[in-house]
Amino acid sequence: MVTDMKPQALILTGFGINCDAETAQAFERAGASAERVHLNDLAADPAMLERFQILAVPGGFSFGDDVASGRILANRLRYRLGEALQGFVAEGKLAIGICNGFQVLVKLGMLPFSDGAFRQDVTVTHNDSGRFEDRWVALERDPATPCVWLHGIERIELPIRHGEGKFIPRDDATLAALQAGGQIALRYASRQGSGPARGAYPDNPNGSTDDVAGICDPSGRIFGLMPHPEAYLDRLNHPRWTREDLPEEGAGLQLFRSAVDFAAKELIGAKV
Amino acid sequence: MAERIEVAIQPGRKDPAGLAVKQRIADDLGIHIADARVIEIFTIDAALAPDELERARTELFTDPIIQESAANRALARDFDYVVEVGFRPGVTDNVGRSAAEGLRDTIGRDLQDGEAVYTAQQYVLQGVDQSTAEHIARKLLANDLIEQWTVKSPDELAAIAGGPLLGLPVVTDRSDPAVHEIELEIPDTALEALSRDMMLALDLREMQAIQGYYRDAAVQAVRKEAGLPAKPTDIELEILAQTWSEHCKHKIFAATIEYTDPEGKTRTIDGLFKNYVKATTDEVAKRVDWLVSVFHDNAGLIRFDDDYLFALKAETHNSPSALDPYGGAMTGIVGVNRDILGAGMGCKCIFNTDVFCFASPFHEGEIPARLLHPRRVLRGVHRGVKDGGNESGIPDINGAIVFHERFLGKPLVFCGTGGLIPTTVDGKPSHEKEALPGDLIVMAGGRIGKDGIHGATFSSEELHEGSPATAVQIGDPITQKKMADFILEARDLGLYNNITDNGAGGLSSSIGEMANGPGGATIHLDKCPLKYAGLAPWEIFLSEAQERMTLAVPEEKIAAFLDLAKRREVEATVIGEFTDSGQLACTYGGKLIGSLDMAFLHDGVPKMQLKAELAPEAPQPAIVVEDNDFTEDLEAVLGSLNVCSKESFVRMYDHEVLGQSVLKQFQGAEEDGPGNAGVIRPVPGSNKGIAVACGIAPKYSDLDCYAMMACSIDEAVRNLVAVGAKMGTIAGLDNFCWPDPVESEKTPDGRHKLAQLVRCCEALYDTCVAYDIPLISGKDSMKNDYKIGDTKISIPPTVLFTAAAVIDDVRKCVSMDVKRPGDVVYVLGETRDELGGSEYATVKGLAGGRAPQVDAKANRKRYEQLAQAIDAGLVASCHDISDGGLAAALAESAFGGGYGMEIDIAPLCADGLSAAAALYSESQGRFVVTVAEDKAAAFEAALAATRIGTVTAASTFTVTASKTSIVSSDISTLKAAWQEPLQW
Repeated sequence: MVTDMKPQALILTGFGINCDAETAQAFERAGASAERVHLNDLAADPAMLERFQILAVPGGFSFGDDVASGRILANRLRYRLGEALQGFVAEGKLAIGICNGFQVLVKLGMLPFSDGAFRQDVTVTHNDSGRFEDRWVALERDPATPCVWLHGIERIELPIRHGEGKFIPRDDATLAALQAGGQIALRYASRQGSGPARGAYPDNPNGSTDDVAGICDPSGRIFGLMPHPEAYLDRLNHPRWTREDLPEEGAGLQLFRSAVDFAAKELIGAKV
Repeated sequence: MAERIEVAIQPGRKDPAGLAVKQRIADDLGIHIADARVIEIFTIDAALAPDELERARTELFTDPIIQESAANRALARDFDYVVEVGFRPGVTDNVGRSAAEGLRDTIGRDLQDGEAVYTAQQYVLQGVDQSTAEHIARKLLANDLIEQWTVKSPDELAAIAGGPLLGLPVVTDRSDPAVHEIELEIPDTALEALSRDMMLALDLREMQAIQGYYRDAAVQAVRKEAGLPAKPTDIELEILAQTWSEHCKHKIFAATIEYTDPEGKTRTIDGLFKNYVKATTDEVAKRVDWLVSVFHDNAGLIRFDDDYLFALKAETHNSPSALDPYGGAMTGIVGVNRDILGAGMGCKCIFNTDVFCFASPFHEGEIPARLLHPRRVLRGVHRGVKDGGNESGIPDINGAIVFHERFLGKPLVFCGTGGLIPTTVDGKPSHEKEALPGDLIVMAGGRIGKDGIHGATFSSEELHEGSPATAVQIGDPITQKKMADFILEARDLGLYNNITDNGAGGLSSSIGEMANGPGGATIHLDKCPLKYAGLAPWEIFLSEAQERMTLAVPEEKIAAFLDLAKRREVEATVIGEFTDSGQLACTYGGKLIGSLDMAFLHDGVPKMQLKAELAPEAPQPAIVVEDNDFTEDLEAVLGSLNVCSKESFVRMYDHEVLGQSVLKQFQGAEEDGPGNAGVIRPVPGSNKGIAVACGIAPKYSDLDCYAMMACSIDEAVRNLVAVGAKMGTIAGLDNFCWPDPVESEKTPDGRHKLAQLVRCCEALYDTCVAYDIPLISGKDSMKNDYKIGDTKISIPPTVLFTAAAVIDDVRKCVSMDVKRPGDVVYVLGETRDELGGSEYATVKGLAGGRAPQVDAKANRKRYEQLAQAIDAGLVASCHDISDGGLAAALAESAFGGGYGMEIDIAPLCADGLSAAAALYSESQGRFVVTVAEDKAAAFEAALAATRIGTVTAASTFTVTASKTSIVSSDISTLKAAWQEPLQW
């Protein structure tokens, strides 16, 4: 029934999204077939979503981060594509939001999505430093996370490039529930040794509660993170490649491969 | 009624924006206040039902987790004074524009004409009195030119009861829509007065040339036939003034110059551009085979590989940045992006560069009228370039910040962009484009307002009392990003024949130039979409409102073009058609209101006749260095403004978006050593790359303008060679910024300044030809002076030289940080006694001396050998020696790599060179290179290198001269001294 057995990834574009090209490239290199689709084309034909197993909301400055980062795009997705997105996640398909895309998914309520309803329970907001920064950080995966995007990753270095990446939960109970469910998939870690950054700048670059760099839904299939895995697909992207022995493949690619392999096995393999 | 929504961080939560404001008040004004919080104000000037207002407040404007909000009620509490700052009418309000789009989604309907959302900020201050609050507002929070502000006490705020604090910034001014005839049959003095009063910035000979055109019987016959009045209409004069402005016509670079050289011999130069700039490229073109399109398009295009062309351009945006640093600089960066988008059939922007020149941010003297404190200019310019670049999704990969006291009079803001385009687009060569008669003229992107009217003529004058507020625009990166995405889609579908951007001169300039191909154009000005009503026809044509491209779309493709634009939410409007009439014609309300002969418009400007002669040189005292503490000196040099780390500014630019980064601005063990050149790999799957670097040396101008130019080029080239670029692959851009070099009453030293320009052009030709660097594009800005009352400040003559090279294999690139203990440290190139203008001389307060001289022939050989050594994998690290001399380069390499060094400069001092000159002279053509011990022999066999020490595991940094220890420090101390001054 399906001639192309590769998982299909929809990469959202338009309105200031600007990491779509390298995100598409990451999925392609991870074995998926990636298609960049303008938000308005998707809104005009929401049924289009049905042929994709993976939805990616890339980084960028949707609507210039005006009013609040991710807010206007999140509203537009909710108003114009709410039902289609509900259906997409109900089928157990995969979604990722990177940087601005993470901000969008959080404000849309697609993360942490604890009880399966689109409701904002956490936020990402202005860094404690009050400024946008581009710097590399170390990250560690929560060993107990169900996140399907992080198979094969324990610790990884990636760049962050944001002014609004500080994670704040609604309250302590929300945080505790996320922690208990392994939904805090990725934390900023100490760059020198190991273990979490414990809030120390710049290891934790924005002041995120509990060093949160990325969270997933309870199923682990919807994932959002502030750092940019698509910016580390090759050794040469790493800031210290001229002085360290690094594998040819950038560590960020594993994240995409993890999800594409999962989709191939669970979403396409199961159907055939 | 306008609804007012206030949004604040919930009480008890940290307010980063408020804390940042409090910090800036302390840092910049020295005022320590108890607390500051920020409330965002959204004023919705639209008829909303109560439930719509409530939905907008909760769903659009408020973050439910951390914010509180209120409609038509004040949120400020526990304060002494609030300061509210909003825009003046007509100023671009990007957040307001986005909020209106969000509002449309939330209420599910379009806003009506005239309905809008406006934004303002309210600063809630504790621990201030009224006059302090007003002082903070004026000096820090608001710019009177573009913003309105008010200060309110708690009682006053309570009395307003949630109502507006400021007037709605609605444009109510209505320009006279009538078209006026202008009398030109007037005496010469009246012609000059007319030019001044209409802000035409044309001199008498130019006004007389226009007068002569209207006296021409043939012209009058054409006018009569077309139904135009005998006298010029206002729009015709405005078009001529704009097209003939220094900004657009580069009249000084085209002028005939009678130049008396330093030996007293006089000769005539028939155009600096033709004889030096273009001549350079013509000469080098005989030896390089990768030039594709130079000088005539919006940017130069060269071959990247078989499949892609590479475009490069840099621009300045100085005058607007002096008045409104944020908006001016942002307009600069998004403006040069459009040059790339308008190069060939439309290139994708792949990187930005930025170079700024300011007076010291620690300037303590008086600030002359209408000028802003350099600290404020620095912050604003940086923020504008940061927002413009980041929001456009274009990585910033190279730049510099340069300080000199005379940039107080005018800051320089250079913005550069590189782009890539497939060699063929829709089956045709992508660098060729031509509008055809009958093609429709389409304007795409933003709308037209009064912003930037007379921008081109304004930047062709010095900054004066009457400099217009309308000269300032604020860029809108998101509108432009949408437009750029759309254009690249339309390009690949082959939907247009020609494209150019709207920059200086607006439609008048873009259509005027594009009409050269078909031979004419007719524009229907009443068809142009406006931001608000009330623009005179000539204002519509001249407005420099941003984010607009002009395209030539063939009739049969217009439906597809407009349909795609609609689906991408990009406004695109047919506003006229190209013709072969030989006339640039404008209609309004169906009536012809102006028409000019294309040949006269483009070629009718009389050539300037100028005189140039260097003022007799005052003998410069030799620099004599007496007793020193070289360790203290090294820390002082590292901490000087031109040497110290700019990392905190650079980190705020996204330098990795697009995923192509290879060498970043900061490198080494802790990613904080200063890189030489930015390197990217723009095509996935290919290891071919582009390296970009810059050179700029205004500090040498007063001593020797020839040296200034040669040093600028050499610095840019060294930076490229240091990462592995090869000679013969380098392309250059020259961006001249000069003080007015035209002798006049207000510029009595014009001949000298023009002679400096001649010397500079000679160096440009000599050096570029010696290095085989074609100039592929460039720009000049020739009126960088400030004059109000008796105060005149002229910038030091400055040229930014941007250089880029295609790198065959980026995996062989080298970074600047030392790699491992035991590696051998070399200095390459000759160190001479050239302390004149050096950072060391500045730090020590030593005037005079000799500026460094560039020996291009000797350097070229060294650069070729070094590139080979890098290619052969012999080099562990390489760092260019420039500001701060050898000592600074050694220290940077060492602390960049996280290891110490033991250096002995005896080999440099063998011929009697002083230790001070050895360490701090800024002789050109030099590098610090480290090489692994086992490769040292091969390296030494490959080129002439002076071994001066080793990299050590210990963190100590020592220098010995004549067996005496003269520097003894530690890399952490040196790094701290280097990082501290501008660690903002």
